[in-house]
Amino acid sequence: MSSLTIRNIRKSFGAVDVLKGINIEADTGEFIALVGPSGCGKSTLLAMIAGLETITSGEIYIGDRLVNSVAPKDRDIAMVFQSYALYPTMSVRENMAFGMESRGVPRAEQKAAIARVAALLQIEPLLNRKPGQLSGGQRQRVAMGRALVRDPVLFLFDEPLSNLDAKLRVDMRTEIKKLHNNIGKTTIYVTHDQVEAMTLASRIAVMHKGEVQQYDEPDVVYNRPANIFVAGFMGSPSMNFIPAEVVLAEGRPSVRFALSDKETATLALAGAAPGTGASVILGIRPEHFSRYKAEMDGRPGIATLSASVEVVEPTGAETMAVLRIGGKEVVGRFDPNDAPKQGEMMQLAVDMTRACLFDPASETLI
Amino acid sequence: MADIAYDRAAAGAARRHILTRVVIYGILTLFAAVYVLPLLVVIANSFRELPEISQNGLIAFPKSFQFDAWPEAWSTYCIGGTCEGMHRYFWNSVRMVVPATIISTALGAVNGYVLSKWKFRGSEVLFTCMLLGVFMPGQIALLPWAFLLGKLGLANSVYGLILVHCIQGISFTTLFCRNYYLSIPDDLIKAARIDGAGFWRIFRRIILPLSPPILIVTVIWQFTGIWNEYLFGVVLNSGQQQPITAALVALSTNGTNVRVYDVMSAAVLIGALPPLLVYFFGGKYFVRGLTAGAIK
Repeated sequence: MSSLTIRNIRKSFGAVDVLKGINIEADTGEFIALVGPSGCGKSTLLAMIAGLETITSGEIYIGDRLVNSVAPKDRDIAMVFQSYALYPTMSVRENMAFGMESRGVPRAEQKAAIARVAALLQIEPLLNRKPGQLSGGQRQRVAMGRALVRDPVLFLFDEPLSNLDAKLRVDMRTEIKKLHNNIGKTTIYVTHDQVEAMTLASRIAVMHKGEVQQYDEPDVVYNRPANIFVAGFMGSPSMNFIPAEVVLAEGRPSVRFALSDKETATLALAGAAPGTGASVILGIRPEHFSRYKAEMDGRPGIATLSASVEVVEPTGAETMAVLRIGGKEVVGRFDPNDAPKQGEMMQLAVDMTRACLFDPASETLI
Repeated sequence: MADIAYDRAAAGAARRHILTRVVIYGILTLFAAVYVLPLLVVIANSFRELPEISQNGLIAFPKSFQFDAWPEAWSTYCIGGTCEGMHRYFWNSVRMVVPATIISTALGAVNGYVLSKWKFRGSEVLFTCMLLGVFMPGQIALLPWAFLLGKLGLANSVYGLILVHCIQGISFTTLFCRNYYLSIPDDLIKAARIDGAGFWRIFRRIILPLSPPILIVTVIWQFTGIWNEYLFGVVLNSGQQQPITAALVALSTNGTNVRVYDVMSAAVLIGALPPLLVYFFGGKYFVRGLTAGAIK
């Protein structure tokens, strides 16, 4: 059963089309991440699901109910805001009770709900404090607590972690995942952070310029990105793109691109290939490069080429290296134990089973 | 510890610093004196005996003391044929200023709430129109008001003045509140809407509890403005219905040739006391509230 259905949703502000026909369906209990760069329309879409923004055309169903003209309070949703939006003059307890009071929930029930959620989020010691007396992480918890007391059909999160510092953000990300595993409520989660989307979501909708570029499970979005935008947006450092031509080398379909005026590199393709002579864009993620070793010979899908090492950036757990292949800079991710040295001319192994080919004209995955 | 060498430049800078301070405080003291002297003169004259004032002049160091001018000004002095002092006019002003301040502030708060948090098509235009009222001189509205109050049967009554000051004041109170409410994050309103709160509930439970700084500013502004207002009071009302500012004028033109400076001084002070007290107790909040929107 689906608990959220978005059908051909459009939104325009005057002549500007912010959303151009969005279709998303979320099954009950799913965790959907709406991810994209700023201005892609993801927050507008969330506001429309919440009923805070009017719909230009299209339909939104929560459960089986068409909610296009239903007031936010009657949509059976709860929302966590980026700014937390805690009522500054009320204590944490009053913040959590406010919604139930507004809906006329009996006092005893309110108390029970607050006690349950406060225990779940471990915020009992904070109940009598004002939001101004809380740290960023505590405010974040309280904001979630306020959403949780409602027990809604749908949870909406609008970039809830982006105001936290880096360490706390990772901790809270885990908390949110745990929480979702515990309560199993359908959740729509807006973020511009692709790592958050990858780690939390059961399905990711990658949005760009008011359109859903791809809507699929995280590993599909990561490994088989629908187009160059998705490929470049998901993953950090980004996927490397190298323009190339499809050729037949040693009887196998391969991609060939120039390394210099005289030299070319030819990499045998591991999967299905377009016809010979077609120009393509070869997409290789940084982690699919490695230092060539003799024992790799004969392993299927491994292609080799040489590259000069321009910059080396160790991060501790892994080492990034900027390599020059032909006229292009590409980024590789290496194990620190056999990381390249700056200035070295190295033999690279490329895992071609993981490489993606894109059509240069339509920029879509081949 | 090493000796600290005499530093010519540093010593010079310190001397200049002190000199600058002296100049600044000197100028400030001078201006403070200029502003406070008239008040001191009037206070002194209200306690001096009339012959002494006539002999030594209005501005002189007090050489006599009496308290009779105050009760006379309050309850027995004759103005325009009735000999009951200022107290009737004082209470007229109180009866006018209290409801007018409360009503205009309340309307301004609601207006500001709508114009900042519930914007609708044309709300900005509406706000711009309301702003005209801030810049429009009151005398333009004088004749229309006289006509309207006559039609409403509120001519020459305190209620008429309440109505006038409520309406005349809405521009200011709306401007104050709207600009203040703009600094309240919209997310609070959105969160409250999802929480099931409606227009009034959000106003009462979220906006109003955040409002004291701006409400204090608005109340002080309206109270002193309406209390000190003179034009409407003197034109629209007459005789026993006038507010104290208008009565003070009658006091100075009461026909007899004898200038009762002691009683007049006391009467002026009675008329000035409420705004002075409001500033005295609320001035701190006034300054703080005016800048409240600027700081987070």
